[in-house]
Amino acid sequence: MTTATATAPALELSDLEVAYRVRGVWRPVLRGISFSIAQGESYGLVGESGCGKSTAAFAALRFLARNGRVMNGSIHVGGEDLLAMDETGVRRLRTTKTAMVYQNPTSALNPSIRIGDQVAEVFAIAGAGEKEATERAHEMLRKVQIADPASVMQRYPHQLSGGMNQRVVIAMALANDPTLLILDEPTTGLDATVEAEVLDLVAALRAEFDTSLLFITHNLEVVAKMCDRLGVLYAGRIVEEGPVREVFDNPRHPYTVGLFRCIPRGGIRKYDQQLDTIPGFLPQLGAELEGCVFTDRCGLAQDVCRQQEPPLYEVGEGHRSRCHFHERAHELPRATAAEAVKRPSTEAEDPVVRTEGIRKTFHQEGHDIHALADISFALKPGETLGLVGESGSGKTTLARTLLGLTAPDEGSVVELDGRQLAPGIRKRDREQVRALQIVFQNPDSALNRRFSIHRIIARALTLLRGDRGEELENRLRDLAHSVRFDVRLIQARPAQLSGGLKQRVAIARAFAGDPRVVVCDEPTSALDVSVQAAILNLLAELQANEGVAYLFISHDLGVVRYLSDRIAVLYLGRLMEFGEADEVYNAPQHPYTEALLSSVPGAEGEERPRIRLQGDIPSAADPPSGCVFHTRCPRYIGDICRDQEPELKEVEPGHFWRCHYSAEELRELQKTAPPGRPAAAPAPEDEP
Amino acid sequence: MDPQQPAGAGPGTATVTAPPEIPARADEARQARREQFRLLWRSKTFIAGALILGFWVICAIFGEVIAPDDPFATDPLNDLAAPSGDHWFGTDRLGRDVLSRVIVGAQDILIVAPLATLLGTALGTVLGLLTGYFRGAVDDVLSRIIDAFLALPVIIVGLMAIVALGPSNVTVIFVIGLVFAPVIARTVRAAVLTEREFEYVAAARLRNEHTAYIMFAEILPNVSGPILVEFTVRLGYAIFTIATLSFLGLGIQPPAPDWGVQIFEQYGLISGGYWWPVLFPALAIASLVVAVNLMADGVTQAFERG
Amino acid sequence: MARFIAKRVLLGLITLWLLSVLIFLLAQVLPGDVGRRILGPFADQKAVDALNHELGTDRSLLAQYGDWIGGFVTGDMGESLAFRRPVDDVIGPALVNSAKLALLAFVIVVPLAIVGGVYAALKEGRPADRVISVGGISATAIPEFVWAVVLILVFALTLDLLPVTAQAPPESGFFTQLKYLLLPALCLVFVLFGYISRMARAGTIESLDSDYTRTAIIKGLPRRTVIRRHVLRNSLLPTIAVVATQIGYLIGGLVVIEVIFNYNGIGQALFDGLQQKDFPLLQSTVLIVGIVYLVATLLADILYSLLNPRLRLGAAE
Repeated sequence: MTTATATAPALELSDLEVAYRVRGVWRPVLRGISFSIAQGESYGLVGESGCGKSTAAFAALRFLARNGRVMNGSIHVGGEDLLAMDETGVRRLRTTKTAMVYQNPTSALNPSIRIGDQVAEVFAIAGAGEKEATERAHEMLRKVQIADPASVMQRYPHQLSGGMNQRVVIAMALANDPTLLILDEPTTGLDATVEAEVLDLVAALRAEFDTSLLFITHNLEVVAKMCDRLGVLYAGRIVEEGPVREVFDNPRHPYTVGLFRCIPRGGIRKYDQQLDTIPGFLPQLGAELEGCVFTDRCGLAQDVCRQQEPPLYEVGEGHRSRCHFHERAHELPRATAAEAVKRPSTEAEDPVVRTEGIRKTFHQEGHDIHALADISFALKPGETLGLVGESGSGKTTLARTLLGLTAPDEGSVVELDGRQLAPGIRKRDREQVRALQIVFQNPDSALNRRFSIHRIIARALTLLRGDRGEELENRLRDLAHSVRFDVRLIQARPAQLSGGLKQRVAIARAFAGDPRVVVCDEPTSALDVSVQAAILNLLAELQANEGVAYLFISHDLGVVRYLSDRIAVLYLGRLMEFGEADEVYNAPQHPYTEALLSSVPGAEGEERPRIRLQGDIPSAADPPSGCVFHTRCPRYIGDICRDQEPELKEVEPGHFWRCHYSAEELRELQKTAPPGRPAAAPAPEDEP
Repeated sequence: MDPQQPAGAGPGTATVTAPPEIPARADEARQARREQFRLLWRSKTFIAGALILGFWVICAIFGEVIAPDDPFATDPLNDLAAPSGDHWFGTDRLGRDVLSRVIVGAQDILIVAPLATLLGTALGTVLGLLTGYFRGAVDDVLSRIIDAFLALPVIIVGLMAIVALGPSNVTVIFVIGLVFAPVIARTVRAAVLTEREFEYVAAARLRNEHTAYIMFAEILPNVSGPILVEFTVRLGYAIFTIATLSFLGLGIQPPAPDWGVQIFEQYGLISGGYWWPVLFPALAIASLVVAVNLMADGVTQAFERG
Repeated sequence: MARFIAKRVLLGLITLWLLSVLIFLLAQVLPGDVGRRILGPFADQKAVDALNHELGTDRSLLAQYGDWIGGFVTGDMGESLAFRRPVDDVIGPALVNSAKLALLAFVIVVPLAIVGGVYAALKEGRPADRVISVGGISATAIPEFVWAVVLILVFALTLDLLPVTAQAPPESGFFTQLKYLLLPALCLVFVLFGYISRMARAGTIESLDSDYTRTAIIKGLPRRTVIRRHVLRNSLLPTIAVVATQIGYLIGGLVVIEVIFNYNGIGQALFDGLQQKDFPLLQSTVLIVGIVYLVATLLADILYSLLNPRLRLGAAE
């Protein structure tokens, strides 16, 4: 290795243009992007769907799909010209210099080969003998904090959890000490606490191996935590680039400014202001664009923007922006008015929904799954109850129980307006059926793709309200208006609409029967950031106008904080904490809530003591004894936690939790981070 | 569409990278369907198959007009004449012109096979919907019975039933239809099992829709793709099976000029060197079955994703 | 694992039982009074009744069924009406003959189809793929007897390379028997090829498009290794399941082939039994066919679950 290559950037893209051939036409995806990542640096590539970030990642590995081609530009990895290499050279590069980790770790591993063999393979390619490869694989697995490498090496991917598999993939990636590690949304789909651990691991290994990182994500907060510099990608163009802190504090491109405004940050609530949105639509992949790629949606756009594409202007130390008006970027006018929704007028009304002691056990051959245990709460009219929890928490089961899709166990009480609801929906009357509706996460799945929008909503109106003819058409128009859905599109099929539009239809359908309670099950998780904001605003507005109560389920704690009046935290089917949003988000709080909030990178922008939970979430088929959280609790007291399940106590007015500590004790303790627990993940019977 | 992204989100999957916001164009109403049909027309195999099938359909409809001679006219003095200018395909053992018989022979099979397949598809669809939607006890019981049915090859069940009921065109239609139903039910069931996990089904239940409505109005249109594919594939098998049954003497009966029957009647003559009364009908069968299967393949490629 | 096998065997037995009932009922529906048929249309009614009584065909259906099943299980399948010999005497050698033919066909078609399908997948979209795919479909579509006619005309009568019948003279050596069995086996091969190769192709394509193949390529493995070590073992799994179901078509094809080639096998026995309305022969033959099929699928299921780690070892803990 010559000195030249030793100081060459880990990755350097120069004016890279990549196009895909779709139905005979070449469509540009990357329109000439340039950035470089120095040795040991971490660079974040941020953008929404269709911006081309994954293409950039695969191009750096020269792994384009069959119909993709590099039209122009160059790629250098560690000083070597990637595009000039032959097949053997590319393979050598992949073995020694580059590695990739991407979404969905379990499918990234071969289901028919043992973990150990798959990891050892990486060493074998580099020339190690069989025995040596196995030993080094073992060592590598230990490095990624897998407690028992020998046993894991004997397993197959489907026997391990997502988090575990991601560690294995990371182990394989870092095995040969690559110069460049590319991560493409590596933690999407993982639980918050697991995500935090994986990100910590990546950061630690990066320091140890001095690897450069190309971190691709849509999540700005993850970038803030993991990267030194970032590049914002829009329609295949880098529109802003610079050190992370710089860009966050002083964004200089209207798109970046808009993005930041879309995300609920700093603890703002729906009563403070509506979220800003970015008007218009993301350009279709491969669309032909003139001038600045962002012109159509930019509040600062002028004629010159359409005529001449801006070059990258230097706006600060290493900070560049592709905008003619970058000094005025922060003056970007709001696309959505800032006025907030009103608080509901009265406080002490009878609850619209009341539950007591909900219990649900699923019986499968051999074992029972205890999905829910002793859930009791009340939902007031017009308020939003945010439901927070990771996988296995039971939030979906709870929603389904309320709605009547899953019957809870005997003895569970679910009341609507004081009347007991039949456990199955078939036995409920029309009034009750109208009153409880849902907006699902995935609009592609929630709308029948063979029906027109008209038919979808009309059917709901007919069945829930008995509307017909003229009355039905009028009511349909009103509904479309209230969700800002253009009536001219009413005959379209779902496949022709964007995600945001589809979700509006789903919301219209839910509101067709004048519901009292709408369950929102991750309604914005499948949408892009700029679209999320619009939908959240819509939900808040509808709630204020119609007086509907929401049961709002989401894994995004910032969004939950924005929209919710009160919050319930679930863990393994139990209610761990319940209270006003502000109270739950601040100390004193349940140890699990504390850990959960601590895992979210940059939530609220406040600094929180860093707490990491060990191990994986226990299975609902075999919950731990006593307090179900005791196996991972960083504030573990002793035997009492293991032997006795705490009751749900009211520790402050309107604030409940399930912990042996009192409010004063936790307030004192939570001033500092807890001491670490022993590294090994204890099995349910074990104790530290 | 970004080629790196999954083509379409399945039920309940959280695709964070959602499809981009595309302003909808109302005139694209039938775009998707048109796209599928366009794929079909571009498929060379489909066209080839359609042409051959078309040819035989014309023969079936206009056979009497096209055929040079009367297919039933016997001419004992001219029996087993080799192919010549007078008789392109020669004559059979009763002196009948083989070419005419081959042309007209398309009729019966082109009526019986589609009808049988339609019957089987209709029954199979209902069975598949029931077992796929209800699962549980209904599915277990019905599936066991279907399994038992499937344990016997189609031919054998067909044989037995036809021997029992006496061979005739109507019998053949019913028997083949009934025997195909379980196989089709299998495929429909699998498609329904996937489909019922989609959330629009849950949304329908939340409106307290009748079960029949959910099965037939909501789910059925979405599995029409696989059903269409099954129909065309089974049509090929139907022709195959009916020809075989005729060959064994248990399908369409003589003196109908059905191709299978022709082979059945004259097979023994081969060793005497009289190959033409057997070969040409055989080739006719081959061409028809291949044609239908090529079309089925085209349909499968175009409509795979329902 | 053992539980899984036990459960499948149990389900298989239930299906088998249902099958036997089905067969029995079907056979009973065949028109024809047994006694009358044996003694002929001119025999005296009393004699016919006496014979029926002797044969036991005048008892209740349930009793007849019980008799049959009981006998079947112990190896006594009654007496063939047409051949006037014990049924197991007829079926025994027939089964062996059919087995030889089926085995030959299988041994040829399975490797050929798998190789063909995998190769087509590796060359997806290119001419080789189209040829194999379209060729496979076409070959499968053509009924066995059509193949038989064509092959016999070409190889037996015109080129005089192979015999017209399948039955080799008794005491023939292995290779002579092979020569006789080749044409009939080929007919079966053509019909079975298409479906198996299509499955192999589909499985391979799916495997090639998967995330784990992408991981293997990004690791820097050469393409040959990726295919050999990562792709194939996943793509061939579903093909195994398919091969088992093909046994059904195989047996159906046997009937036709054995009739054409005048081969003394199970298929011909079945056909004769049908023609002659020979209940005892018919019932037992069809039941045996059913048993063979169910055993084959059971074995395939077990093999599949043994090879698929997901089924062998259960889900994530």
